[in-house]
Amino acid sequence: MSQLDTRNQDKFVSTETIDGEIATLNLGPTHPATHGVFQNVMKVDGERIISSEPTIGYIHRAFEKLAERRPYNQITPITDRLNYCSSPINNMGWHMTVEKLAGIEVPKKVDYMRVIIMELARIADHLVCNSVIGVDTGALTGFTYVFQEREKIYEMYEEVCGARLTTNIGRIGGFEREFSPVFMVKLKKFLKEFPAKFQEFDNLLTRNRIFMDRVIKAGPISAEKAMSYGFTGPNLRAAGVDYDVRVMNPYSSYGDFDFIIPVGQDGDTYDRFIVRQEEIRQSLGIIRQALDGMPEGKHYADVPSFYLPPKEEVFRSMEALIYHFKIIMGETPIPAGEVYHAVEGANGELGYYLISDGGRTPYRLHFRRPCFIYYQAYPEMVKGAMLSDAILTMSSMNVIAGELDA
Amino acid sequence: MTAVNNESVLQMLKEEFTEAVMQSDTQYGMLSVEIPADRNTEIVGWLKSHSLINMGFLTDVCAVHYPEQKGRALVVVYHLHSWTKNFRMRIKCFLPAEKPEIATMTGLYNSANWMERETFDFYGVQFIGHPNLKRILNMDEMDYHPLLKQYALEDETRDDKVDSFFGR
Repeated sequence: MSQLDTRNQDKFVSTETIDGEIATLNLGPTHPATHGVFQNVMKVDGERIISSEPTIGYIHRAFEKLAERRPYNQITPITDRLNYCSSPINNMGWHMTVEKLAGIEVPKKVDYMRVIIMELARIADHLVCNSVIGVDTGALTGFTYVFQEREKIYEMYEEVCGARLTTNIGRIGGFEREFSPVFMVKLKKFLKEFPAKFQEFDNLLTRNRIFMDRVIKAGPISAEKAMSYGFTGPNLRAAGVDYDVRVMNPYSSYGDFDFIIPVGQDGDTYDRFIVRQEEIRQSLGIIRQALDGMPEGKHYADVPSFYLPPKEEVFRSMEALIYHFKIIMGETPIPAGEVYHAVEGANGELGYYLISDGGRTPYRLHFRRPCFIYYQAYPEMVKGAMLSDAILTMSSMNVIAGELDA
Repeated sequence: MTAVNNESVLQMLKEEFTEAVMQSDTQYGMLSVEIPADRNTEIVGWLKSHSLINMGFLTDVCAVHYPEQKGRALVVVYHLHSWTKNFRMRIKCFLPAEKPEIATMTGLYNSANWMERETFDFYGVQFIGHPNLKRILNMDEMDYHPLLKQYALEDETRDDKVDSFFGR
């Protein structure tokens, strides 16, 4: 089987065509192989892609406009719906942005709790992405293995916040409640049982000759190109650049944990797969460290004007009632200013650019959505490749429609 | 070797471009510099190719609308990041609402392509020289730029969410 090296793609795109005509193919918007609402108008010569033009915005919901009319705590549910495969990371990125703007210091314990939840979210997100790469190559089995594990992560979210997919987890200033004993049992059980199941998944694909032949050199991108196209996250690291926000600009006490940033070499589908596999292992390590080193303290910061008082207090004390009313009505003391805060989302640098004029809602909120920025490299990555490689390239890039279209 | 931090970069910019550094401030640790809109590619290109600062990564492009500022109602904001020095900064270019035109950054960073299309889509900023400046998230038939402040999100007769109602 000959492998096509698309890095020298231009030589494959000649004016000579195989059957004398170029066809236009509409891939999407609701194609079962695209895992979301993506449309690509492709010019194909036989099975070879000559050009591709993505059309996006099918599920655009005007989040940035909505955010200009909502108090700060009501924006958290909007962030859920960006990258819905790992909503807790979005939620906490937003909480940290507001905390940065308002100058709120959260206790160390909150940082550690957040790290645990965020790394669980990263594992869930990577599991979806990697198992779907398997599905797109025709290997459905691995997908069924890890989706059971993802379900366990969702049960843990449920234990913390009551929701599974659009989590709205945590609050500005911390968590609404302590991790419950049930959560701790579930987490410890997960940490004990998951590695073996994950290894089983790994055995099915990572060194599988058929899988390797299929994904190696599919949709590659060089480090320079990746950087110029604004790649971040695992896709960038697969191209060989060790940029990770958790290390470059540590937030939420990430500096306390010992982990490595896996990097790839060719930036192809296989490298992206391998980088995510290793990141899952690193995330497990981070969770263990956070659990072992969990500091004593409160699960929320002492900021009564942002953090809702306990409900019993609201019925009993005047002060709590006032704070409760003010927070619910969006009457929180926010300074005027502008702040950019970035977190390492599961698919790249998720940034919040927030401008406040001191009013009850943001004056402007811009989401730096990683997959919106790197998806524009897609036409170049699939140019000259086979149609089936284009499907693989898209699923391995972890483009999430909700985040893409905001 | 000079350290790359807010003060030193601002100093270097002032030395190189003197009057073009119109305003600067540092909020929450990030340096923000205002430059003339017609010199954006020149100054960002200099920051990118500078051997010490090396702003190789364009993190974000977006716009903000301040309707009450006459002659400078729109601002295009660039977030730059130097990965070698781990240094972030913000560049702002103010534009008049009547003629929101600015040169494209696509020659410097490929990633500017869609981010500028998004900015055009929502604010109507014309990026001169952009290879494919058309709407990206909204439908092509739309005849206004929805994130401009004159377009209310909800029924304008509603007053239950007005700031003044809350004593601000």
